[in-house]
Amino acid sequence: MNKITRRQALGATAGALTVLGLAGATAHAAVTGSRPARPATLAGTIDEVYQGRRIRIVPASGGGDHGGHHGGHQPPGLPTVLIDGRELHVMQNADGSWISVVNHYETYSGPLPLARAAVRELQGASLVPMGGM
Amino acid sequence: MTIRKNQASLTSEEKRAFVAALLELKRTGRYDRFVTTHNGFIMGDTDSGDRVGHRSPSFLPWHRRFLLEFEAALQAVDPSVALPYWDWTADRTARSSLWAADFLGGTGRARDGQVLDGPFAYATGKWEIAVRVDGRSYLRRALGTGVAQLPTRAEVDAVLAVPVYDAAPWNSSSGGFRNALEGWRGANLHNRVHVWVGGQMATGVSPNDPVFWMHHAFIDKLWADWQALHPQSPYLPAGGTPNVVDLTDTMRPWNDVTPADMLDHRKFYTFDTEPVPAAAGAAASQR
Repeated sequence: MNKITRRQALGATAGALTVLGLAGATAHAAVTGSRPARPATLAGTIDEVYQGRRIRIVPASGGGDHGGHHGGHQPPGLPTVLIDGRELHVMQNADGSWISVVNHYETYSGPLPLARAAVRELQGASLVPMGGM
Repeated sequence: MTIRKNQASLTSEEKRAFVAALLELKRTGRYDRFVTTHNGFIMGDTDSGDRVGHRSPSFLPWHRRFLLEFEAALQAVDPSVALPYWDWTADRTARSSLWAADFLGGTGRARDGQVLDGPFAYATGKWEIAVRVDGRSYLRRALGTGVAQLPTRAEVDAVLAVPVYDAAPWNSSSGGFRNALEGWRGANLHNRVHVWVGGQMATGVSPNDPVFWMHHAFIDKLWADWQALHPQSPYLPAGGTPNVVDLTDTMRPWNDVTPADMLDHRKFYTFDTEPVPAAAGAAASQR
Protein backbone atom coordinates (compact mmCIF):
# COMPACT_ATOMS: atom_id res chain seq x y z
CA MET A 1 0.00 0.00 0.00
CA ASN A 2 2.04 2.94 1.24
CA LYS A 3 5.79 3.05 1.36
CA ILE A 4 5.69 3.86 5.03
CA THR A 5 4.00 1.83 7.69
CA ARG A 6 0.95 3.01 9.53
CA ARG A 7 2.90 3.66 12.68
CA GLN A 8 5.53 5.64 10.83
CA ALA A 9 2.76 7.64 9.23
CA LEU A 10 1.20 8.28 12.60
CA GLY A 11 4.47 9.62 13.92
CA ALA A 12 5.10 11.77 10.87
CA THR A 13 1.81 13.60 10.80
CA ALA A 14 2.32 16.25 13.42
CA GLY A 15 3.78 18.82 11.05
CA ALA A 16 0.95 18.43 8.57
CA LEU A 17 -1.87 18.96 10.98
CA THR A 18 -4.20 21.89 10.86
CA VAL A 19 -6.21 22.16 14.00
CA LEU A 20 -9.43 24.06 13.45
CA GLY A 21 -11.29 23.72 16.71
CA LEU A 22 -8.93 24.53 19.52
CA ALA A 23 -9.90 22.77 22.71
CA GLY A 24 -7.18 23.10 25.23
CA ALA A 25 -5.22 20.00 26.03
CA THR A 26 -6.90 18.00 23.32
CA ALA A 27 -5.89 20.40 20.60
CA HIS A 28 -2.40 20.60 22.02
CA ALA A 29 -2.10 16.84 21.92
CA ALA A 30 -3.22 16.82 18.31
CA VAL A 31 -0.75 19.50 17.29
CA THR A 32 2.21 17.80 18.88
CA GLY A 33 1.18 14.44 17.56
CA SER A 34 1.52 12.89 20.96
CA ARG A 35 -1.03 10.35 22.08
CA PRO A 36 -3.99 12.25 23.47
CA ALA A 37 -4.97 10.91 26.84
CA ARG A 38 -8.44 9.45 26.82
CA PRO A 39 -9.93 11.87 29.38
CA ALA A 40 -8.64 14.81 27.36
CA THR A 41 -10.08 13.35 24.17
CA LEU A 42 -13.44 12.93 25.75
CA ALA A 43 -13.36 16.41 27.25
CA GLY A 44 -13.72 18.35 24.04
CA THR A 45 -14.35 18.29 20.34
CA ILE A 46 -11.46 17.52 18.03
CA ASP A 47 -11.53 19.15 14.64
CA GLU A 48 -8.54 18.75 12.37
CA VAL A 49 -7.53 18.23 8.78
CA TYR A 50 -5.41 15.15 8.36
CA GLN A 51 -4.03 14.14 4.97
CA GLY A 52 -6.60 16.40 3.37
CA ARG A 53 -9.57 14.91 5.22
CA ARG A 54 -11.54 16.64 7.96
CA ILE A 55 -11.74 14.65 11.17
CA ARG A 56 -14.28 15.71 13.79
CA ILE A 57 -14.66 13.91 17.07
CA VAL A 58 -17.59 14.95 19.21
CA PRO A 59 -17.78 13.59 22.75
CA ALA A 60 -20.86 11.61 23.61
CA SER A 61 -22.04 14.30 25.99
CA GLY A 62 -21.73 16.91 23.24
CA GLY A 63 -24.82 15.89 21.37
CA GLY A 64 -23.55 13.08 19.18
CA ASP A 65 -26.44 11.00 17.94
CA HIS A 66 -25.00 7.66 18.89
CA GLY A 67 -27.65 5.51 20.39
CA GLY A 68 -30.21 2.97 19.47
CA HIS A 69 -30.59 3.97 15.84
CA HIS A 70 -28.29 1.31 14.47
CA GLY A 71 -29.01 -1.87 16.27
CA GLY A 72 -29.49 -0.83 19.84
CA HIS A 73 -26.24 -2.44 20.96
CA GLN A 74 -24.19 0.72 21.00
CA PRO A 75 -23.45 1.51 24.61
CA PRO A 76 -23.74 5.12 25.70
CA GLY A 77 -20.62 7.17 26.19
CA LEU A 78 -18.98 6.74 22.81
CA PRO A 79 -17.88 9.79 20.85
CA THR A 80 -19.15 10.48 17.36
CA VAL A 81 -16.27 10.29 14.88
CA LEU A 82 -16.82 12.01 11.53
CA ILE A 83 -14.57 11.95 8.46
CA ASP A 84 -15.59 14.66 6.01
CA GLY A 85 -18.95 14.68 7.74
CA ARG A 86 -19.60 10.94 7.45
CA GLU A 87 -19.82 8.94 10.64
CA LEU A 88 -17.24 6.26 11.31
CA HIS A 89 -18.53 3.36 13.39
CA VAL A 90 -16.23 3.06 16.39
CA MET A 91 -16.08 0.83 19.41
CA GLN A 92 -14.10 0.82 22.65
CA ASN A 93 -12.58 -2.39 23.97
CA ALA A 94 -12.61 -3.42 27.59
CA ASP A 95 -8.93 -2.50 27.95
CA GLY A 96 -9.65 1.07 26.79
CA SER A 97 -8.32 0.63 23.24
CA TRP A 98 -10.37 1.50 20.19
CA ILE A 99 -11.35 -0.05 16.87
CA SER A 100 -13.45 1.13 13.93
CA VAL A 101 -15.38 -0.57 11.18
CA VAL A 102 -12.51 0.03 8.74
CA ASN A 103 -9.83 -1.19 11.17
CA HIS A 104 -11.74 -3.80 13.06
CA TYR A 105 -9.02 -6.26 14.01
CA GLU A 106 -6.35 -3.80 15.11
CA THR A 107 -6.55 -1.63 18.20
CA TYR A 108 -5.68 2.05 18.65
CA SER A 109 -5.00 4.09 21.76
CA GLY A 110 -7.78 6.64 21.26
CA PRO A 111 -10.42 7.99 18.89
CA LEU A 112 -7.99 10.36 17.17
CA PRO A 113 -5.35 7.75 16.23
CA LEU A 114 -8.28 5.57 15.21
CA ALA A 115 -9.73 8.27 12.97
CA ARG A 116 -6.33 8.99 11.41
CA ALA A 117 -5.84 5.29 10.72
CA ALA A 118 -9.23 5.28 9.02
CA VAL A 119 -8.19 8.22 6.84
CA ARG A 120 -5.08 6.33 5.75
CA GLU A 121 -7.09 3.19 5.11
CA LEU A 122 -9.68 5.07 3.06
CA GLN A 123 -7.07 6.47 0.62
CA GLY A 124 -9.45 9.26 -0.30
CA ALA A 125 -12.65 7.18 -0.42
CA SER A 126 -15.78 8.37 1.35
CA LEU A 127 -17.45 6.48 4.14
CA VAL A 128 -20.93 5.22 3.37
CA PRO A 129 -23.79 5.57 5.86
CA MET A 130 -23.53 3.10 8.68
CA GLY A 131 -25.42 -0.12 8.30
CA GLY A 132 -26.25 -2.66 10.92
CA MET A 133 -28.51 -5.55 11.57
CA MET B 1 -19.36 -36.57 4.23
CA THR B 2 -17.64 -33.26 3.62
CA ILE B 3 -13.87 -33.33 3.96
CA ARG B 4 -12.20 -29.99 4.49
CA LYS B 5 -8.72 -29.94 2.98
CA ASN B 6 -5.68 -27.78 3.28
CA GLN B 7 -5.92 -25.28 0.42
CA ALA B 8 -2.32 -26.03 -0.51
CA SER B 9 -3.22 -29.60 -1.40
CA LEU B 10 -6.19 -28.84 -3.68
CA THR B 11 -6.03 -30.02 -7.26
CA SER B 12 -6.52 -27.58 -10.10
CA GLU B 13 -9.98 -28.99 -10.63
CA GLU B 14 -10.89 -28.53 -6.95
CA LYS B 15 -9.72 -24.92 -7.10
CA ARG B 16 -11.77 -24.31 -10.25
CA ALA B 17 -14.88 -25.82 -8.66
CA PHE B 18 -14.50 -23.79 -5.46
CA VAL B 19 -13.98 -20.54 -7.37
CA ALA B 20 -16.92 -21.27 -9.68
CA ALA B 21 -19.22 -21.90 -6.73
CA LEU B 22 -18.11 -18.65 -5.08
CA LEU B 23 -18.78 -16.70 -8.26
CA GLU B 24 -22.22 -18.27 -8.60
CA LEU B 25 -23.18 -17.36 -5.02
CA LYS B 26 -21.97 -13.85 -5.74
CA ARG B 27 -23.97 -13.65 -8.97
CA THR B 28 -27.21 -14.65 -7.26
CA GLY B 29 -26.79 -12.21 -4.37
CA ARG B 30 -26.55 -14.97 -1.79
CA TYR B 31 -22.91 -14.23 -1.07
CA ASP B 32 -23.50 -10.63 -0.09
CA ARG B 33 -26.07 -11.61 2.51
CA PHE B 34 -23.30 -13.40 4.39
CA VAL B 35 -21.22 -10.24 4.31
CA THR B 36 -24.14 -8.22 5.64
CA THR B 37 -24.74 -10.68 8.47
CA HIS B 38 -21.10 -10.66 9.52
CA ASN B 39 -20.86 -6.88 9.52
CA GLY B 40 -24.05 -6.59 11.53
CA PHE B 41 -22.64 -8.78 14.23
CA ILE B 42 -19.20 -7.23 14.24
CA MET B 43 -20.72 -3.78 14.78
CA GLY B 44 -23.20 -5.05 17.34
CA ASP B 45 -20.95 -7.28 19.46
CA THR B 46 -19.56 -5.20 22.32
CA ASP B 47 -17.46 -6.02 25.36
CA SER B 48 -20.00 -4.50 27.72
CA GLY B 49 -23.22 -5.56 25.98
CA ASP B 50 -24.67 -8.45 24.03
CA ARG B 51 -21.93 -10.30 22.16
CA VAL B 52 -22.37 -13.36 20.02
CA GLY B 53 -20.17 -13.50 16.94
CA HIS B 54 -17.00 -11.94 18.28
CA ARG B 55 -15.13 -11.02 21.47
CA SER B 56 -17.04 -13.66 23.38
CA PRO B 57 -17.01 -17.41 24.06
CA SER B 58 -19.38 -18.03 21.15
CA PHE B 59 -16.85 -16.61 18.66
CA LEU B 60 -15.89 -20.20 17.79
CA PRO B 61 -19.30 -21.94 17.65
CA TRP B 62 -20.84 -18.88 15.94
CA HIS B 63 -18.27 -18.95 13.16
CA ARG B 64 -18.53 -22.75 12.91
CA ARG B 65 -22.27 -22.38 12.27
CA PHE B 66 -21.71 -19.43 9.94
CA LEU B 67 -19.22 -21.44 7.87
CA LEU B 68 -21.54 -24.45 7.81
CA GLU B 69 -24.29 -22.30 6.37
CA PHE B 70 -21.92 -20.86 3.79
CA GLU B 71 -20.55 -24.28 2.87
CA ALA B 72 -24.11 -25.58 2.44
CA ALA B 73 -24.78 -22.68 0.06
CA LEU B 74 -21.66 -23.60 -1.93
CA GLN B 75 -22.74 -27.24 -2.03
CA ALA B 76 -26.17 -26.25 -3.31
CA VAL B 77 -24.26 -24.93 -6.33
CA ASP B 78 -21.77 -27.81 -6.54
CA PRO B 79 -22.08 -30.76 -4.14
CA SER B 80 -18.42 -31.65 -4.63
CA VAL B 81 -17.18 -28.45 -3.00
CA ALA B 82 -15.96 -28.22 0.59
CA LEU B 83 -14.40 -25.25 2.36
CA PRO B 84 -10.62 -25.44 2.21
CA TYR B 85 -8.57 -24.13 5.11
CA TRP B 86 -5.52 -21.85 4.94
CA ASP B 87 -2.78 -22.84 7.36
CA TRP B 88 -1.11 -19.45 7.50
CA THR B 89 1.67 -20.82 9.73
CA ALA B 90 2.87 -22.81 6.71
CA ASP B 91 1.78 -20.75 3.69
CA ARG B 92 2.94 -17.47 5.07
CA THR B 93 4.08 -15.29 2.19
CA ALA B 94 2.42 -13.45 -0.68
CA ARG B 95 4.16 -15.96 -2.99
CA SER B 96 2.03 -18.84 -1.72
CA SER B 97 -0.01 -20.65 -4.37
CA LEU B 98 -3.07 -19.43 -2.46
CA TRP B 99 -2.51 -16.00 -4.00
CA ALA B 100 -1.86 -17.22 -7.56
CA ALA B 101 -4.04 -16.04 -10.43
CA ASP B 102 -5.70 -19.48 -10.70
CA PHE B 103 -7.03 -19.26 -7.15
CA LEU B 104 -7.55 -16.09 -5.10
CA GLY B 105 -5.33 -13.68 -7.01
CA GLY B 106 -2.58 -11.66 -5.37
CA THR B 107 -2.05 -8.52 -3.36
CA GLY B 108 -3.36 -5.11 -4.37
CA ARG B 109 -1.46 -2.50 -6.31
CA ALA B 110 0.26 0.25 -4.37
CA ARG B 111 -1.85 3.15 -5.59
CA ASP B 112 -5.26 2.05 -4.36
CA GLY B 113 -4.93 -1.48 -3.03
CA GLN B 114 -6.91 -2.91 -5.92
CA VAL B 115 -6.45 -6.63 -6.66
CA LEU B 116 -5.71 -6.86 -10.38
CA ASP B 117 -5.39 -10.57 -11.07
CA GLY B 118 -7.37 -13.73 -10.38
CA PRO B 119 -11.10 -14.46 -10.54
CA PHE B 120 -12.04 -11.80 -7.98
CA ALA B 121 -10.35 -8.82 -9.63
CA TYR B 122 -12.79 -5.99 -10.29
CA ALA B 123 -12.12 -5.97 -14.03
CA THR B 124 -13.62 -9.45 -14.39
CA GLY B 125 -17.00 -7.88 -13.70
CA LYS B 126 -17.89 -10.77 -11.42
CA TRP B 127 -16.81 -9.51 -8.02
CA GLU B 128 -18.18 -6.09 -7.23
CA ILE B 129 -17.96 -5.16 -3.55
CA ALA B 130 -21.57 -4.27 -2.83
CA VAL B 131 -21.72 -4.51 0.98
CA ARG B 132 -19.15 -1.93 1.89
CA VAL B 133 -18.24 0.68 4.45
CA ASP B 134 -16.78 3.14 1.96
CA GLY B 135 -17.20 4.08 -1.67
CA ARG B 136 -14.75 1.59 -3.16
CA SER B 137 -16.36 -1.29 -5.03
CA TYR B 138 -13.20 -3.26 -5.94
CA LEU B 139 -11.54 -5.98 -3.88
CA ARG B 140 -8.48 -4.66 -2.08
CA ARG B 141 -5.56 -6.32 -0.33
CA ALA B 142 -2.22 -5.25 1.08
CA LEU B 143 -0.59 -8.55 1.97
CA GLY B 144 1.97 -8.14 4.73
CA THR B 145 1.60 -4.36 4.99
CA GLY B 146 -0.51 -3.73 8.09
CA VAL B 147 1.60 -6.24 9.98
CA ALA B 148 4.76 -7.88 8.67
CA GLN B 149 4.46 -11.47 9.88
CA LEU B 150 1.74 -14.06 10.07
CA PRO B 151 1.62 -16.11 13.27
CA THR B 152 4.14 -18.91 13.53
CA ARG B 153 3.50 -22.56 14.35
CA ALA B 154 5.20 -22.01 17.72
CA GLU B 155 2.80 -19.17 18.51
CA VAL B 156 -0.14 -21.36 17.56
CA ASP B 157 1.13 -24.22 19.69
CA ALA B 158 1.47 -21.92 22.69
CA VAL B 159 -2.17 -20.90 22.33
CA LEU B 160 -3.31 -24.50 21.86
CA ALA B 161 -1.58 -25.31 25.15
CA VAL B 162 -3.90 -22.99 27.10
CA PRO B 163 -6.08 -25.44 29.04
CA VAL B 164 -9.15 -23.32 29.82
CA TYR B 165 -11.62 -22.52 27.04
CA ASP B 166 -12.59 -19.02 28.18
CA ALA B 167 -12.81 -16.93 31.32
CA ALA B 168 -14.75 -14.07 32.87
CA PRO B 169 -15.42 -11.35 31.85
CA TRP B 170 -16.00 -13.34 28.64
CA ASN B 171 -14.89 -10.57 26.29
CA SER B 172 -11.80 -9.10 24.62
CA SER B 173 -10.01 -8.81 27.97
CA SER B 174 -10.43 -12.47 28.92
CA GLY B 175 -7.71 -14.98 29.59
CA GLY B 176 -8.15 -18.46 28.19
CA PHE B 177 -7.88 -20.22 24.84
CA ARG B 178 -10.70 -18.49 22.97
CA ASN B 179 -9.43 -14.95 23.40
CA ALA B 180 -5.82 -15.92 22.72
CA LEU B 181 -6.96 -17.57 19.50
CA GLU B 182 -9.23 -14.68 18.58
CA GLY B 183 -6.26 -12.42 19.21
CA TRP B 184 -7.36 -9.61 21.50
CA ARG B 185 -4.73 -10.76 23.99
CA GLY B 186 -1.39 -12.47 23.72
CA ALA B 187 0.50 -13.30 20.54
CA ASN B 188 -2.59 -12.44 18.46
CA LEU B 189 -3.57 -15.14 15.98
CA HIS B 190 -6.94 -14.64 14.26
CA ASN B 191 -7.04 -10.84 14.37
CA ARG B 192 -3.49 -10.54 13.08
CA VAL B 193 -4.25 -12.57 9.98
CA HIS B 194 -7.08 -10.19 9.09
CA VAL B 195 -4.66 -7.28 9.43
CA TRP B 196 -1.92 -9.06 7.42
CA VAL B 197 -4.26 -9.53 4.46
CA GLY B 198 -5.46 -5.92 4.63
CA GLY B 199 -8.10 -4.40 2.35
CA GLN B 200 -11.64 -5.46 3.11
CA MET B 201 -10.28 -8.33 5.25
CA ALA B 202 -9.21 -5.75 7.86
CA THR B 203 -12.72 -4.29 8.09
CA GLY B 204 -16.13 -5.30 9.38
CA VAL B 205 -17.07 -6.46 5.87
CA SER B 206 -14.16 -8.93 5.79
CA PRO B 207 -16.14 -11.78 4.12
CA ASN B 208 -15.95 -9.71 0.93
CA ASP B 209 -12.58 -11.41 0.43
CA PRO B 210 -13.00 -15.15 -0.22
CA VAL B 211 -9.93 -15.82 1.90
CA PHE B 212 -12.15 -15.03 4.89
CA TRP B 213 -13.66 -18.52 4.66
CA MET B 214 -10.31 -20.28 4.44
CA HIS B 215 -8.92 -18.26 7.35
CA HIS B 216 -11.90 -19.12 9.50
CA ALA B 217 -11.87 -22.76 8.39
CA PHE B 218 -8.35 -22.94 9.83
CA ILE B 219 -9.37 -21.14 13.04
CA ASP B 220 -12.17 -23.70 13.26
CA LYS B 221 -9.68 -26.54 12.79
CA LEU B 222 -7.53 -25.09 15.58
CA TRP B 223 -10.56 -25.29 17.87
CA ALA B 224 -10.87 -28.98 16.98
CA ASP B 225 -7.14 -29.44 17.58
CA TRP B 226 -7.48 -27.76 20.97
CA GLN B 227 -10.40 -30.04 21.91
CA ALA B 228 -8.28 -33.08 21.08
CA LEU B 229 -5.47 -31.74 23.24
CA HIS B 230 -7.78 -30.95 26.17
CA PRO B 231 -10.60 -33.51 26.06
CA GLN B 232 -11.63 -32.71 29.62
CA SER B 233 -11.95 -28.96 29.04
CA PRO B 234 -15.54 -27.90 28.38
CA TYR B 235 -17.00 -24.91 26.58
CA LEU B 236 -17.51 -22.12 29.08
CA PRO B 237 -19.56 -20.51 30.52
CA ALA B 238 -22.02 -23.24 31.43
CA GLY B 239 -25.00 -21.07 32.30
CA GLY B 240 -26.56 -17.92 33.67
CA THR B 241 -24.19 -15.38 32.15
CA PRO B 242 -25.68 -12.00 31.14
CA ASN B 243 -25.00 -10.81 27.55
CA VAL B 244 -23.07 -14.00 26.78
CA VAL B 245 -24.06 -17.23 25.01
CA ASP B 246 -23.84 -20.04 27.56
CA LEU B 247 -23.36 -23.66 26.51
CA THR B 248 -27.04 -24.35 25.87
CA ASP B 249 -28.25 -20.85 24.96
CA THR B 250 -29.32 -20.33 21.36
CA MET B 251 -27.25 -18.10 19.13
CA ARG B 252 -28.53 -15.28 16.96
CA PRO B 253 -29.26 -15.01 14.07
CA TRP B 254 -30.35 -18.63 13.78
CA ASN B 255 -31.97 -18.92 17.23
CA ASP B 256 -32.19 -22.69 16.89
CA VAL B 257 -28.57 -23.68 17.47
CA THR B 258 -26.47 -23.65 20.64
CA PRO B 259 -22.73 -23.90 21.28
CA ALA B 260 -23.41 -27.43 22.56
CA ASP B 261 -24.70 -28.35 19.10
CA MET B 262 -21.47 -27.14 17.52
CA LEU B 263 -18.89 -28.84 19.75
CA ASP B 264 -18.31 -31.91 17.59
CA HIS B 265 -17.35 -30.92 14.05
CA ARG B 266 -17.44 -34.57 12.92
CA LYS B 267 -21.23 -34.39 12.88
CA PHE B 268 -20.82 -32.09 9.87
CA TYR B 269 -17.40 -32.63 8.26
CA THR B 270 -13.97 -34.03 8.85
CA PHE B 271 -10.56 -32.60 8.13
CA ASP B 272 -8.00 -34.12 5.81
CA THR B 273 -5.87 -34.39 8.93
CA GLU B 274 -8.03 -35.12 11.93
CA PRO B 275 -6.62 -34.17 15.31
CA VAL B 276 -5.40 -37.06 17.42
CA PRO B 277 -6.81 -37.03 20.95
CA ALA B 278 -4.25 -36.50 23.66
CA ALA B 279 -5.86 -38.84 26.18
CA ALA B 280 -6.73 -42.50 25.73
CA GLY B 281 -10.38 -43.39 26.01
CA ALA B 282 -13.54 -44.07 24.11
CA ALA B 283 -13.16 -40.99 21.97
CA ALA B 284 -9.75 -42.10 20.77
CA SER B 285 -10.89 -45.24 19.01
CA GLN B 286 -12.20 -43.80 15.77
CA ARG B 287 -11.21 -40.44 14.46
